[in-house]
Amino acid sequence: MSKHHVSTIINGEPTEFLCEAQQTLLDVLRDELHLTGSKEGCSSGDCGACSVTIDGRLVCSCLTLAVEAEGHKIETIEGLAQGNDLHPLQRKFLEHAALQCGFCTPGVLVAAKALLDRNPNPTETETRYWLAGNLCRCTGYDKIIRAVLDAAAEMRGESVSA
Amino acid sequence: MLNYTAPSTVEEAVRILASASGPAKVLSGGTDLLVQLRSGRAKPGLIVDIKKIPGISGIREQDGAFVIGAATPGAVIGECEALRQAWPGVVEAANLIGSTQVQGRASLAGNLCNASPAADSVPALIAARAICVVAGPNGQREVPVESITTGPGRTSLRPDEFIVEFRLPKRPPRSADAYLRFIPRTEMDIAVVGAGVSLTLDAAGVCADARVVLGAVAPTAVIVPEAAAALIGRKLDDAALAALDQAARRACKPIDDKRGTIEYRTKVAGVMARRAAAIAYERAGKRR
Repeated sequence: MSKHHVSTIINGEPTEFLCEAQQTLLDVLRDELHLTGSKEGCSSGDCGACSVTIDGRLVCSCLTLAVEAEGHKIETIEGLAQGNDLHPLQRKFLEHAALQCGFCTPGVLVAAKALLDRNPNPTETETRYWLAGNLCRCTGYDKIIRAVLDAAAEMRGESVSA
Repeated sequence: MLNYTAPSTVEEAVRILASASGPAKVLSGGTDLLVQLRSGRAKPGLIVDIKKIPGISGIREQDGAFVIGAATPGAVIGECEALRQAWPGVVEAANLIGSTQVQGRASLAGNLCNASPAADSVPALIAARAICVVAGPNGQREVPVESITTGPGRTSLRPDEFIVEFRLPKRPPRSADAYLRFIPRTEMDIAVVGAGVSLTLDAAGVCADARVVLGAVAPTAVIVPEAAAALIGRKLDDAALAALDQAARRACKPIDDKRGTIEYRTKVAGVMARRAAAIAYERAGKRR
């Protein structure tokens, strides 16, 4: 069977790839395009480690066929930092030690970015519900939530109180 | 070997489904289908992605009635303020499905056709008297949502049919709906019991019309006319709520599983029906 030819924009770069029908977007990102920041955790939409955005909408790349990416804009964790400049979320995750093993971190960051793009001033409750689909077995979540709220405050230009 | 195609019209999609040599699956959000592909529970030879069909994703309002495209993601449903005003129960039910990530893709048609007894949007859609527009080789037909699911994992749709859109009727004054589900945590779980209630009040605050539907307590969502009858002609006083509770419990035919025993589900069904009715009543009362 012939492969599908897919044209997308990934992290701002026009990108073309060939894929088979059953390959997920996560498969192609990791195995074909070598963007290995997105992780495979559960493969069932429960853990959020594979989170990316498609046209700005947060989704699980493990529950998206690669061929569905045709004509759409994908953002992955690799697009978050600008060169050597970490995104405020990334800096705050380091400052707050909001990670231990780091496996969930790319997905959490992509999801948190999608939240702040929509709502620059989320409450703690809104942040916790938004990130309910991102499982972390290390941190107990508190540090993650504090880091996201702190990054949001900095991005709003408010003086930060930790 | 799996094939994939993304037709650009309803007619083309129907033709492809009708001429498929092996089992075909319709893809909208894929949040159930891709899990089933991976587990081997679904083994289609062909995936027909309907999302390239114009209008299949999105919400239209026509003279107070709403049309929700079959593949509209839950997140888009939640962002439609006019729909949220008219049908808060349908919107809250749709938005309970999965995580933020799942909401970015999961659709009403997928939730319905996956045919889980615990599907959250289904009791709310049935309580709302929502109609599905089903496309097939003989054109389109209108089917009440309650006629689609026939059992766990089974629907009344033929292999060459698929749902194009959902239609929600215009609301009379003083009408509202509500959906509640019980899960043992606050997020990311599957309903132990779900209850959808839609009410219309008269000018004195008396229930003129009611529809009560339970989920996860039988092989399919259950319409409970006796529960609706307990509300109609009353003001949701204690006696009406007690009668509603009893009627809801009597309608339950649940299974025992890890999420709840038969006794537990039956009791909780009465509680959820009462609470959902109270929320719908309060919402309707604010719409003078």
